[in-house]
Amino acid sequence: MPEHTFRVNGTAVTVDVPDDVRLLWVLRDILGVTGPKYGCGIAVCRACTSHLNGEAVTPCAIPVSALGPDDEVVTIEGLAATAGAELHPMQQAWLDQDVVQCGYCQPGQIMAAVALVRRVAAENREITEADLDTIRNVCRCGTYPRIRAAIKAAAGKM
Amino acid sequence: MKRRSFLGFVLAGPVLVTAAPTRADADITEILDLNDIMTAAALPTSGLISVEVNPDGTVSFALPRAEVGQGITTSTAMLIAEELSVPVHRVRVTLADARPELLFNQLTGASNTTIATYTPIRVAAAVARQRLLRAAASLLNSPEAGLRLDAGVITDEKGRRVDIGALASRAASPRTLSVPVELAPRESFTVIGRPQNRIDARDAVTGRKKFAMDLDVPGAKPTMVCRPPTINGKPGPVGNLAEVLAMPGVTDVVTISTGVAVRADTFGQCIDAVRALRVTWKAGTVEGKSDQSVLKELAAAELPLGPRPLTPVVEGRFTFHFRSNSALETNCAIADVRGGRAEIWSALKSPIVAQQTIAARLGLPPGRVTVHVTEGGGSFGRKLFFDAALEAAEVSEKIGKPVKLMWHRADDSRQGRTHPMATSRVRIAYAGGLVLGFEQRHTSVTTDLGHGLGELLTAMAASLPIGDAAFAQTFFQFSHTSPYRFGVHTRLLAETGKGFNTGSMRNVYSPDTTCARELMIDQLASRLGRDPFEMRRDFLRDERARAVLRAAADAGEWGRAMPAGTAQGIAFHSEYKGVSACLVEIDCRPATVNRPIRDGVGGPRVTKVVFAVDVGLAVNPRGLEAQMMGCVMDGIALALTSSLHLRDGYFLEASWDNYFYTRQWNTPPDLRVIVMPPTSDEPGGAGELGVAASVAAVACAYGRATGTMPTSFPINHGTLSFTPKPTTPPIPASPLVPSDGGTGA
Repeated sequence: MPEHTFRVNGTAVTVDVPDDVRLLWVLRDILGVTGPKYGCGIAVCRACTSHLNGEAVTPCAIPVSALGPDDEVVTIEGLAATAGAELHPMQQAWLDQDVVQCGYCQPGQIMAAVALVRRVAAENREITEADLDTIRNVCRCGTYPRIRAAIKAAAGKM
Repeated sequence: MKRRSFLGFVLAGPVLVTAAPTRADADITEILDLNDIMTAAALPTSGLISVEVNPDGTVSFALPRAEVGQGITTSTAMLIAEELSVPVHRVRVTLADARPELLFNQLTGASNTTIATYTPIRVAAAVARQRLLRAAASLLNSPEAGLRLDAGVITDEKGRRVDIGALASRAASPRTLSVPVELAPRESFTVIGRPQNRIDARDAVTGRKKFAMDLDVPGAKPTMVCRPPTINGKPGPVGNLAEVLAMPGVTDVVTISTGVAVRADTFGQCIDAVRALRVTWKAGTVEGKSDQSVLKELAAAELPLGPRPLTPVVEGRFTFHFRSNSALETNCAIADVRGGRAEIWSALKSPIVAQQTIAARLGLPPGRVTVHVTEGGGSFGRKLFFDAALEAAEVSEKIGKPVKLMWHRADDSRQGRTHPMATSRVRIAYAGGLVLGFEQRHTSVTTDLGHGLGELLTAMAASLPIGDAAFAQTFFQFSHTSPYRFGVHTRLLAETGKGFNTGSMRNVYSPDTTCARELMIDQLASRLGRDPFEMRRDFLRDERARAVLRAAADAGEWGRAMPAGTAQGIAFHSEYKGVSACLVEIDCRPATVNRPIRDGVGGPRVTKVVFAVDVGLAVNPRGLEAQMMGCVMDGIALALTSSLHLRDGYFLEASWDNYFYTRQWNTPPDLRVIVMPPTSDEPGGAGELGVAASVAAVACAYGRATGTMPTSFPINHGTLSFTPKPTTPPIPASPLVPSDGGTGA
């Protein structure tokens, strides 16, 4: 079987798996990185949202063969390290606002939120209600209002 | 205030373990003589829940319930922290394995957890407190009366301190003792009733929280099932078994009762294999049925209203389409069935029934089936059943290997359980300003309440034709109080048709029945020329009810001027010893309704919600607020966007971009939850309470904004807003490219 080498949360990994297996399953089923969750498998619910070279992506849609040795995958497990702290400001805001209910979608929500705040900051503007409306991540517990509050609170601290 | 006394136990053991019967509701204050105490002490010590004090100063408790997001591990930790005077973060709450001796005391449903466990947990903790104080008195050689227990540390009058962890062994007992205790009165509470953040939040936001599919059970490889194109179709011959078995990563392919199971190294390879399978399918259980045909069955089954009164009436008939109670975590379970024993891991709200059913299916004695309850990624009624655990056990037994079985999202939506389609007919008779009678005839596709009260005997009773009807009718009557002074009240339930996979969905009948009732109250108010809020307030029976209604109306500025095409709505609901009122503002102007949403539904936007709730005593107001917030999001979805469309014996929806649960673009930017001050010493239920008033308030607001009372829910059901995915293969392929980054902009 082909070998694939890329980086996950700061460490180089090599896996022996067919080219077309999606990154989500390589992370979860082979590497045991279970923070990214399965919710649909077709890039709709975004429970698996992680960062690839700093951009938010849905690993359920990325064939492992698309990754090379320089590609850096950051999952929820590696987010805090990118901020050089025990918790990323977004994670801290999540705790402060007591956002979590069942918690299943929350890793993906947090990774999507970080990417959204970065994108808005790159455009040199404040985050708006309309920006928050663009988040597609599903939360079946319906904790959406607290997600919005946490993102607004974290935006100033990132 | 009189203190209530209860009987608890100190269990024999090397460290302090205290316990209480799960029915610790018997107040022993009335027990007067030694004989009574001896009788009470002879109670069997099985069926106990127990609190353990550990040498490291933590306190452990195995909760016989399922945590699926409702926050009961946090509220349970608060109860123990209160009675034991330890910090909440020192309390470790885990979920207990199936314990058959607890019978219906291990069912997580009907919003009953806090109601049922509030006293027993505190009794066990109070016994621990008493033992720790006694042990400290002996250790410090200080009179017990002079000791203080605070934040897990006992201090005597001379200021000497000892942590409870250091007393864990000393306070233990070599034999089981029964101990009378008094519980702290409400006035002295410092933890209960104060907002507390979730104890599992840090694990959740760092990715450490483990759900069933995150567990590392040796050898339990990913497994999925190729399912039929119609509901409950059965598998026939497989045309290419050898070919699929030879696919990369695939280890096993086996036909089971619900389809053809595939086990592989990764779920990605399971998806490919499921799609490759060529199976001949047999007919399903609702072959050829559609929304229209089920509506006809409901119309035929509807019980007649009484004779039409001579007085004026308002009358309405409402339709509620099929809805999915699918959680974000799809149905899933790990099973290891080998060597005459079985071990199961799954988020189960009725683990005892699961254990007994799996044992019966495998032909094993129940004692050889171990059922572990894992943290659940949402439930909404779904996890009262154990469809995936049964399947996982069947696959594991057939191939003789452990399996990690997961349903695809498309499976969860199309073959998973649904809230049944229902109609509700309401007639209100009035004369002058008086309401003389209220009649409601609710007709529903049969709701499977087969999980019964949590153990197999009641489950079996519900699966008998008569038993089921009687059980459902009992449940219907029990859960439907009459909050308004509306004269002669009759409410009847008729159920029809089996063959669908149904269940409750963030409660059973109330969101529909309350929505119908509240819409008719708005009609009546309009007929009488009365204000909808004032009329409700004047007809509500009790002061707690009026208080929440007033609170919502005041905070939401009921009656304020609103632009054309926008409006307020207000509604009331009582259940689970709680009362609730919801005020909604909605924007139904074309520019809002038609705003572009890619692969989703915009529609009318709820712009503001004020929700007032009184559950008697809120153990954790912050958690209660979270539950109400979720209920509001459900109510918005039920009224406006979310339903399943039945056609040719299957549901068209197979994705979150087909089934339109509330998304950020539907979320009210302004939401306020008002938790009323305690009105009782006892907590009420909360997990489901808020849905009914929310869906009703949204419906009422929509009716007032558009000038037309909605009669079919959700209001967009008549328009199919997506292209249905194929049914063969039953699940979609893994996409090839990430579409547009994580936020979809």
